[in-house]
Amino acid sequence: MATLSTHPDCVPVVSYRFGKGATSIDRYLELEGYEATRKALTLGPDGIINEMKASNLRGRGGAGFPTGLKWSFVPKQSAKPKYVLVNGDESEPGTCKDRLIFEHDPHSVIEGTIIAGLSVQAKMGFIYLRGEYRYLLEITEKAVAQAYAKGFLGKNIFGSGIDFDIVTQTGAGAYEVGEESALMESLEGKRGIPRIRPPFPAVVGLYGGPTIINNAETIATVPHIFRMGGAEYAKLGTERNGGTRLFCLSGHIERPGVYELPMGYNLRKMIYEVGGGIPNGKKLKAVVPGGASTPALTADEIDIGMDFDQVGKAGSMLGSGGVVVLDETTCMVEFALRTMKFYAHESCGWCIPCREGTDWLKKSLTRIHEGGGVDKDIVNIRYLAENMLGRTFCPLGDAAAMPTIAFVQKFRKEFEDHLEGRGCPYRRVREPEPALV
Amino acid sequence: MSTQPSQPAALFSPALAARFDQFVTLYPVKRSALVPMLLYAQDETGYLSDAVIAEVAERVGVSELEVRNVISYYSLLRTRPAGKFHVQVCTNISCMLRGGNEILEHCKKKLGVPNKGVTSDGVFSLEEVECIGACSWAPAAQVNYDFHENLTPESIDRVLADYRGRAGK
Repeated sequence: MATLSTHPDCVPVVSYRFGKGATSIDRYLELEGYEATRKALTLGPDGIINEMKASNLRGRGGAGFPTGLKWSFVPKQSAKPKYVLVNGDESEPGTCKDRLIFEHDPHSVIEGTIIAGLSVQAKMGFIYLRGEYRYLLEITEKAVAQAYAKGFLGKNIFGSGIDFDIVTQTGAGAYEVGEESALMESLEGKRGIPRIRPPFPAVVGLYGGPTIINNAETIATVPHIFRMGGAEYAKLGTERNGGTRLFCLSGHIERPGVYELPMGYNLRKMIYEVGGGIPNGKKLKAVVPGGASTPALTADEIDIGMDFDQVGKAGSMLGSGGVVVLDETTCMVEFALRTMKFYAHESCGWCIPCREGTDWLKKSLTRIHEGGGVDKDIVNIRYLAENMLGRTFCPLGDAAAMPTIAFVQKFRKEFEDHLEGRGCPYRRVREPEPALV
Repeated sequence: MSTQPSQPAALFSPALAARFDQFVTLYPVKRSALVPMLLYAQDETGYLSDAVIAEVAERVGVSELEVRNVISYYSLLRTRPAGKFHVQVCTNISCMLRGGNEILEHCKKKLGVPNKGVTSDGVFSLEEVECIGACSWAPAAQVNYDFHENLTPESIDRVLADYRGRAGK
């Protein structure tokens, strides 16, 4: 149902088997399927981690932590069982890439999970999908059953003497559960409240055991690294940013879609050539480069390579690969407000700066948008947001604060234009909301 | 509801009960089965009634209070009935930019219910939801678990008419 979009600049690595019937294990095997796992079995734990380090793969969930390094933090000896946890709780607004992976190539996730398990001698992996992705759970469950039937999962996988099991499940609707420690809580049958770190999951994770947690795209990339060789994979990207990633183009763009492009691909080209530019001859106003939590870039900040370091240098983050394009008709206050409504709704309420901060920011942004705002509201929004940064257990507080600071900083005039009873100068669709009391 | 928690057969179909028996064996701790079990129970029974909560609590070996704590955290779980077809319209950023709010307003008018309302015949319920992972195919909605994408007011009309036609079956 969800299909990959293509452009001549696309480099199919993760998407190599999309649209080729690879949900069937026999077809998957024809397409070099499970060769990566066989290779990993011959390499052993240290060999696997070295290959991963050579690939320069960095976590596709948003933080961009080097995957090989993350795996190397898991202690060799552990009294408690070790686990692999695949985070398919895709919920960052602007992001819809994991859907394609599970829909077209669930075996790549299974293979990546097995290889991650082999690297740390874990015996069990969990694939956790968001609750809304029920059809993808069904596809993945079938793939897991096929892998068991072939002897690729269960006892003595591939005749290696090693056992490895995979359990699949969904959540039940919660953005916060995409955060690694909240995800572990949810998998343990609890509210998805984040855990304090350290200890990090690599040492004390799921059920108290050392745990590898990676985004589904990261895990789906793993078999391709072993198929191609880590160094070859790394070469596709830029320095310290190996390979390719799935970018989700959405918003005011002529050809929205999910495209697989090399890391470091120029953002301007991504918007104007790959995505076909802004519809109806409109001008670009802003781009949210990596999902709702990443600070927006203005139209003159888009000549950058889309990798973790270059976008970071530009004052934002590569995040989850969700590139949201905003044309000149977009009200930035409304956009900031919609973003904050989301974070206020999704805050789990555990940390006060996040619980109270998101709610007050929502109220202040509503008041400005509805025309009841005063100068001081703009000052207060920045002050509140800046005081949320770094003061919460998990990154949700930062995720709400960072884009808000950028909106106010870069589009201050639009905020001022709403003040003194003027309200929103742009086209309105929704009924006015009750203003701040 | 007078159903007794000790009679699972009355609450869940034999197939679901068997599935739940297996669920609790999959994980290192039984409680891990809680979230998916609640969702599957809701899918079959419509909502998480007192009887369902009691039954699930017993199956995973936690108190009813703990089950309620978990339910209140997850947005898909509900303790009141929804319509047979639960229409979930996304208005988050990517959908908003491409007309998600228009789709929501259109559904409100068409169904004659506000956000979180249920039609008087119980066929439809409407909810404004956060990002459902259809950003590149926006605006989008989910009806129960089915995705409907690249929506226009005309196409959502057809979608709703199609479900309406299936309501009696």
